[in-house]
Amino acid sequence: MRQHSAFKVVGLHLAVIVAFFLAQFVLPDYHHLAVTRVMILAIFALGYNLLFGYTGLLSLGHALFFAAGLYGAGLTAFHLGWSVPAAFAAGVGAGFFASLVIGVVALRTSGVAFMIVTMMFSQVAYLASLYFTTYTRGEEGLVMPEAARHFDLFGVTFSLTDPSLRYNIALLLLAVTLIVVLIVVRGPMGRVLIAIRENEPRTLMLGYNTFLIKLKAFVISGTISSIAGAAYALLFAYVGSSFASIQYSIEALLFTLLGGAGTVLGPVLGTFAMFYLIDIVSGFTAAYLLVTGIALIALVLFFPKGILGTIRERWMTWLP
Amino acid sequence: MLATLEGLLQAAVLTLIALGLSLVFGVMRIVNVAHGEFYMLGAVIAWFVASLLSLHPAIGFFLALVISPLLVGLVAYASERLILKRLKYDPEATIVATIGMLYVIQQVVLIGFGPDARPVEAPFYYRIRLPWFGYSAYNLFVMAAAVVLLIGCWYILTRTRLGLIMRATQFDSETAQAFGIPVDKVYGYVFAAGAMLAAVAAVLIVPIRQAHYLMGLDPLLLSFIVVIIGGLGSLRGTVVAALIIGLSDGIISVFFSPTLAKMLSTLLVALVLVFKPEGLFGAKAR
Repeated sequence: MRQHSAFKVVGLHLAVIVAFFLAQFVLPDYHHLAVTRVMILAIFALGYNLLFGYTGLLSLGHALFFAAGLYGAGLTAFHLGWSVPAAFAAGVGAGFFASLVIGVVALRTSGVAFMIVTMMFSQVAYLASLYFTTYTRGEEGLVMPEAARHFDLFGVTFSLTDPSLRYNIALLLLAVTLIVVLIVVRGPMGRVLIAIRENEPRTLMLGYNTFLIKLKAFVISGTISSIAGAAYALLFAYVGSSFASIQYSIEALLFTLLGGAGTVLGPVLGTFAMFYLIDIVSGFTAAYLLVTGIALIALVLFFPKGILGTIRERWMTWLP
Repeated sequence: MLATLEGLLQAAVLTLIALGLSLVFGVMRIVNVAHGEFYMLGAVIAWFVASLLSLHPAIGFFLALVISPLLVGLVAYASERLILKRLKYDPEATIVATIGMLYVIQQVVLIGFGPDARPVEAPFYYRIRLPWFGYSAYNLFVMAAAVVLLIGCWYILTRTRLGLIMRATQFDSETAQAFGIPVDKVYGYVFAAGAMLAAVAAVLIVPIRQAHYLMGLDPLLLSFIVVIIGGLGSLRGTVVAALIIGLSDGIISVFFSPTLAKMLSTLLVALVLVFKPEGLFGAKAR
């Protein structure tokens, strides 16, 4: 039975990746770019979900890690002229350290205090991005120069201005992230994370060092978020303060809730649905954030398990 | 001197807003992220009342001082009944829902009121002229009104049956329920009262600062800071912390840039919450 379900799980995730791969050949230009963005944002949501959906820790400050990746990659590429792979590594490294430091401090709290502390740290980072405006140009942001959009690898020159290369890099990153998340949550660590979510004192009593495991989840989650940030800076050549704002943290929460917290594919589906919903609504009104608000309220009131969470409950109990 | 007076003004308004937040957290144990939006809504409704009725500014203002908190209280009460009550006050669900309320209120105001900042006329213009400087009497009126309101709140909370009911609910809601206190109703009214305090603060300040649909965000963060420093649910702590934050905000801004001041104070408060969660003035958690 377990073998059988593992086969279905791997098959489903492969099918999703293949579907994204095939989509690039049929999508018109506008949607081609939109789906590239969706894939990068989905990585952010996947990182968020590992902490919120699986470990039960609601962070209101994940924009900080996205921004760490964004600025880590963007500033090194813009000011120091680092090559694309080096800048990407700098962004992910920045995210790793930020999540390690903040995790050690913030995980001393729990419940409401954890939400507020993470939100405040992220607000500090947002204000910092405004304060060091000489380097970041604050809200206005930086646009990557042409030179920072080419890189050589194995003797071949790649140009990130090429939409189809961008699409496939985003897809590659998404696929790797999906596989990593799948391995984490289906492995022993995932079981302990869920145990912590359901009952932390009991998990502690069973002999697990819950602080250390939560810290691991926090760091993996933050680092994945920074991968999304670094990729965003390099692929779309723009770095700005708005990505560090509280609203961005809330978007990750919304994507995850909509798709289904605690399901592997939920955040991907949630990002896709919400991105297009907002895309359509902002065609009618400038107050498109109204949709965000209504969606948040409606989800917690009527639909707390999200799309995939409900599907898993009703029909596909094997869904990871 | 002027900086101190501005600081006191800021502190007066901040105390009222933070007291509303603290009351809601203290009694209901929920964090109301939409609190700043109730403040904003209070200012916007004051603008509508004062400008649409085209009465004498003083009459318009005092009418707004009555109508605006009542309407805001009604909105808050309705949202509490329709949303928060149904979530059974689960901390995570309510925080997500109040974030949703924040967006809904803010964006509805954006649609109905527009993106411009709009002024409300002060009920009276009078400058107190002293030999060395002049100061607007209206600003002093705001401070006096805040002090009167605070004394009123303190009186209600500590010396009346209503306050006893609230404190009993705060202390132990199950036992309170067992003693026949309608805890469910208390929650609804407390949530409305918290929002009304923010709305009163907004009506008082709107002749000095203008009404704008994004004006709720800064007071929200500041009142979080005040409530955390002062200790959650402690009235005295809230007042002391609001005075410190209100005064120091003005003074720090003289030496540092406002952004750096905000950055440092936010970081400091986050660390207070981590290492001293009962606040600097609050009692130990029960």
